[in-house]
Amino acid sequence: MSFRFTRRSALAATAGVAGSLAAPALHAQEGPIRVGEINSYATQAAFLLPYRNAWTMAQDEINAAGGINGRRLETIFRDDAGRPEDAVRHAGELVNNERVHLLAGTFLSHIGLAVADFANQNRRLFVASEPLTDAIVWARGNRFTFRLRASTYMQGAMLVEEAAKLPARRWAIVAPNFEYGQSATRWFKELLTRARPDVQFVAEQFPALGRIDAGATVQAIASANPEAIFNVTFGPDLTNFVRQGSTRGLFERRRVVSLLTGEPEYLDPLGDEAPENWIVTGYPWQDLNTPGHARFREAYRARFRDHPRLGSIVAYDTVTAIAAMLRRAGSTDTERMIEAMRGLRFPTAFGEQDIEFRAIDHQSTSGAYVGRTALRNGRGVMVDWRYADGRNYLPADEVVRQLRPQGA
Amino acid sequence: MTLAVEGLRKAFGGVKAVDGVSLSVAAGELLALIGPNGAGKSTCFNMLNGQLRPDGGRVLLEGRDITGMAPRKVWRLGVGRTFQITATFASMTVRENVQMALVSHARGTFDFLGALADRHAPRAMELLARVGMDAQADRACGVLAYGDLKRVELAIALANDPRLLLMDEPTAGMAPAERVALMELTARIAREGRIAVLFTEHDMDVVFAHADRIVVLDRGKLIAEGAPADVRADPQVRAVYLGTGHTHGVGA
Amino acid sequence: MLENLLVQGLSGLASASSLFLVASGLTVIFGVTRIVNFAHGSLYMLGAYLAWTLVTGLPRGHLGFWGGVLGAALIVGVVGVLIEVLLLRRIYKAPELFQLLATFGVVLIVQDVALLVWGPQDLLGPRAPGLRGATEVFSVRFPLYELFLISVGPVVLVLLWLLFHRTRWGTLVRAATADREMVGALGVNQRMLFTTVFFLGAFLAGLGGALQLPRESVNLQMDLAVIAEAFVVVVIGGLGSLPGAFLAALLLGQMQAFGILIFPKITLVLAFLVMAVVLVVRPHGLLGKAPSTQHAAGPVEPLLRPSPREVRLLGWGLLALAVAVPPFLGDYALIVLTEIAVMMLFAASLHFIMGPGGMASFGHAAYFGLGAYGAALLVKHFAAPMELGLLAAPFAAGLAGVVFGWFCVRLSGVYAAMLTLAFAQIAWSAAFQWTELTGGDNGVLGVWPSGWASDKLTFYYLALALCTGATLLLRRAIFSPFGYALRAGRDSPLRAEAIGMDGFRIRWFAFVLAAVAAGIAGGVFAYAKGSVFPTYMAIPRSVDALLMVLLGGVQTVSGPIVGALAYTWLHEQLMRLFELWRLFLGGVILALVLFFPQGLAGAIGRRGGRE
Repeated sequence: MSFRFTRRSALAATAGVAGSLAAPALHAQEGPIRVGEINSYATQAAFLLPYRNAWTMAQDEINAAGGINGRRLETIFRDDAGRPEDAVRHAGELVNNERVHLLAGTFLSHIGLAVADFANQNRRLFVASEPLTDAIVWARGNRFTFRLRASTYMQGAMLVEEAAKLPARRWAIVAPNFEYGQSATRWFKELLTRARPDVQFVAEQFPALGRIDAGATVQAIASANPEAIFNVTFGPDLTNFVRQGSTRGLFERRRVVSLLTGEPEYLDPLGDEAPENWIVTGYPWQDLNTPGHARFREAYRARFRDHPRLGSIVAYDTVTAIAAMLRRAGSTDTERMIEAMRGLRFPTAFGEQDIEFRAIDHQSTSGAYVGRTALRNGRGVMVDWRYADGRNYLPADEVVRQLRPQGA
Repeated sequence: MTLAVEGLRKAFGGVKAVDGVSLSVAAGELLALIGPNGAGKSTCFNMLNGQLRPDGGRVLLEGRDITGMAPRKVWRLGVGRTFQITATFASMTVRENVQMALVSHARGTFDFLGALADRHAPRAMELLARVGMDAQADRACGVLAYGDLKRVELAIALANDPRLLLMDEPTAGMAPAERVALMELTARIAREGRIAVLFTEHDMDVVFAHADRIVVLDRGKLIAEGAPADVRADPQVRAVYLGTGHTHGVGA
Repeated sequence: MLENLLVQGLSGLASASSLFLVASGLTVIFGVTRIVNFAHGSLYMLGAYLAWTLVTGLPRGHLGFWGGVLGAALIVGVVGVLIEVLLLRRIYKAPELFQLLATFGVVLIVQDVALLVWGPQDLLGPRAPGLRGATEVFSVRFPLYELFLISVGPVVLVLLWLLFHRTRWGTLVRAATADREMVGALGVNQRMLFTTVFFLGAFLAGLGGALQLPRESVNLQMDLAVIAEAFVVVVIGGLGSLPGAFLAALLLGQMQAFGILIFPKITLVLAFLVMAVVLVVRPHGLLGKAPSTQHAAGPVEPLLRPSPREVRLLGWGLLALAVAVPPFLGDYALIVLTEIAVMMLFAASLHFIMGPGGMASFGHAAYFGLGAYGAALLVKHFAAPMELGLLAAPFAAGLAGVVFGWFCVRLSGVYAAMLTLAFAQIAWSAAFQWTELTGGDNGVLGVWPSGWASDKLTFYYLALALCTGATLLLRRAIFSPFGYALRAGRDSPLRAEAIGMDGFRIRWFAFVLAAVAAGIAGGVFAYAKGSVFPTYMAIPRSVDALLMVLLGGVQTVSGPIVGALAYTWLHEQLMRLFELWRLFLGGVILALVLFFPQGLAGAIGRRGGRE
């Protein structure tokens, strides 16, 4: 092989780079409305496959019904591989090349924050669907970013309400060692101490995310002999914790209050080893029979031959919110869209009372279900649940104003 | 005396590898250090330039105590070294190898903005010419014949204008004709430059033809010292080498 | 109280056993083949998934369960053989660490294949029959299966010991571990030896994964969760030493179990802290030995020349294009080109110590990340302008280079590389946990360029000037007296010392230079992205740097530039175009590895040179 070949192929490759980079897609002004969706599809597949299913379903339903003011809704999906720097690059590509009208998505909190900051800098609307961090609407909130999911604070507040009713005074906490786990712990301690000044926290464990040494962690908690446990671990960490905990009797004669554990994403994998009688937030998809949810569940089942997960709800509601906002704005101008988002009301796939994007902090009032876990036919379910409406679990307005930067 | 060694001792475990050796080399003199395998030649050698720290005794370079000094510091005091198994920089050319020694001598090692190509190239070529390697200056050291590598090592060793050359088996692995040529070259350089040369050698022809004096080691001890003719006649040396009571072979 | 502590110790023993199983396979493979097998975690994960499939598919009971576990391990062993025969065997002659690139391709492929085959949801396997419950130990309830695991570790160790000391095959393996050239010289069939060793190593990884079935859910993150820790165990124990790995696993298991009683957040970094301490005190691990001879260090490096004229012309041509074309490109193209410029400098900085210096680093992202944080923290706490931030970046990184480098350059080979990893992880965990200073994992936001540079094109030119300038300076340094001195120390430490060079100080200074350059890259990157996160110095970014350097070719000057271009571009394209981008990227990496075992630039250089 000769050098000439190499040079030619190298030049061809160069031309390829330039070509693929140079051609920003051209779109007619009245073409489809384009949403750029960024998420950690590769690294968080368990949550995000059902999420993406429902996203597509919602979008197809909207388009089948004639779209938005006659324009189709289109989504361009990008995988951030769990890295904020990749998410920011995608955001740039979606905005500059794909000419999307708004950005949406993200699962991990830090990626949500990175895209939110990009949106702020580039003056684009960003509808964050899942990231739970309080910072995205409070400490680091900005006027271009809205968040759908009930936040760490809100879900913590829902559980504190239940925890305060328990007789337990000695509490232990186990939480994954990253911002979510730490915030959840901080809020739980603060709110519970406010409601029950007599409680004390006798043990705290912060295993590294995805790498819990469950036996040692369970033993460490057991030796502090708490009366109740607040759990924030999820996913594989939760499974390992539950297995070691049940075999070692950690949960006997102890109440466990647990964030997110009632979500099918985390309850399903536990199978017949799902813990019983934990107080959890989650999504009782089997028994939630509001007309809205029944329709959603059956439509999802019919299309994907599987039941929806919480991620499906989050995606469906996000698309619903975007569509409602676009109808209200009647334009894809970012300022008009932001105005339309503030105070926007739209229906939720839970079939509960309409959700509102609060003007004060851009947080939606989306809620969660609080109930107990139980075993039914060899799988974990939620029983005795109730819908905790998000609007009842947010701090007073003057507190929120202090939490959020001026002018955001 | 350029080099004076007094009562050098080194033991590994319980074995006394070198046991109270004293010797000296004068400027312009070629001193051969010989002895059967395991006699302690290499150990002795490695203590002279600081690769090994002696258990006892002193090494004096022109009266200055250099015992246990790091090899790179010993080199700075004017001691050049060649190795039994040649050690050169394989990813560089012959000239660059010599240039590096010159750069180091001029304390220019940490210059990271200039180009080596501009550093001491003429001087490097001079040194290479002295050892007869100038024609191969641009070849990679990694591909040279063994005898040529030995010459390059000699050029490197000469780069810091040494007062003492330590040569461990300078002709090992070379063809007989090459051996003679290299040793003649070494002897000429030593005499012209008033450089003291201490070398170990297995080839007795080389030793008796080129050494001014010979020191014989056996089992860590110095057993004979003197002019080639005296050493050749020494009964103890003959016993060691010709196997009365020992099984060592000459030049094994 | 005492009972609780004893049971805590038992829990630590169970974890130690699991860890030892994975690490034993890794250390056996490394000992004989000298391959840094990144795919070992993937084999572990495959073992767990296959065991899940077999155990849930086979009839319940002892035979179904234990048969399933063993069957899974055997299948993984066969997968290991396939990897060795189809892939690694073809590249044993490639430069050191090159095989790492191939095994990384396998990691990517296995991730997507597992997702396709077993789906995204975590899978819970059944518990082991007969070992479902718990027993009273010191009047505390303790799971029977954990007791079983505690015994598995020593049993496997003894079996391996017998295998290595009582069979001819084992003797050969030990001989090869001690001195590979020797065994080759004795006329032993090396191919057979390597293949069988790979089978054994993969089998042990598969067994380790399969035995987790009753403990943990099987999930797609298992591979990466275990691989770093397995390497840490192998290195703490001493590369190639089985008893060492066992000791190290015990040590880590106990440190972990008791560490969390005092510092509940310690698990994040504990393993790396222990490794750093061990390596500083014992440079070859607890039971490892220094390489037998100086000459076994590696193959003779080829003559390093400036790139052939054609390649240089191509380079200048590309640079001219990079200057002339961007005004006609869209914003996104500028974003990507900026990123490529940054990655080029990042790769070149690693190449500087890896190529001429002969010191691989598994933690080079530390300096990239510290550069980024150096700039970001000035912005966050002092509202510093971009100019100051960009100036601070190399200082922050260089300072870390001075401190970390002082320890790292004393070591050699994989030990040095792992110590750099340890320091990188310590820096990472500081950025991750020191929330008040760094914002924790939520990072630092609002690191945007000054007004004059906020335009994408202007910022691109700024990035291009800084990154290309620094890269060219590094290239210049390679051919400076210092660059030669660095290479001298790599080629022959004995000769370098004998001509008055202080190898330690030379390597140290090179390390600092590389850190400074990486810091510049990190600083530019921070302003390009607008935010800084701990991920900037996490393992995947260090791996990216390694991949770029290896892909381009370690022993060429243009290697890192070509590698950065190719890798960044491929990554960007595939991620955008394919949902299964990991599968494609892995496949492309394997293809490149097989066709260009000297790296891309190595291949171009050879062809150019021949004409």
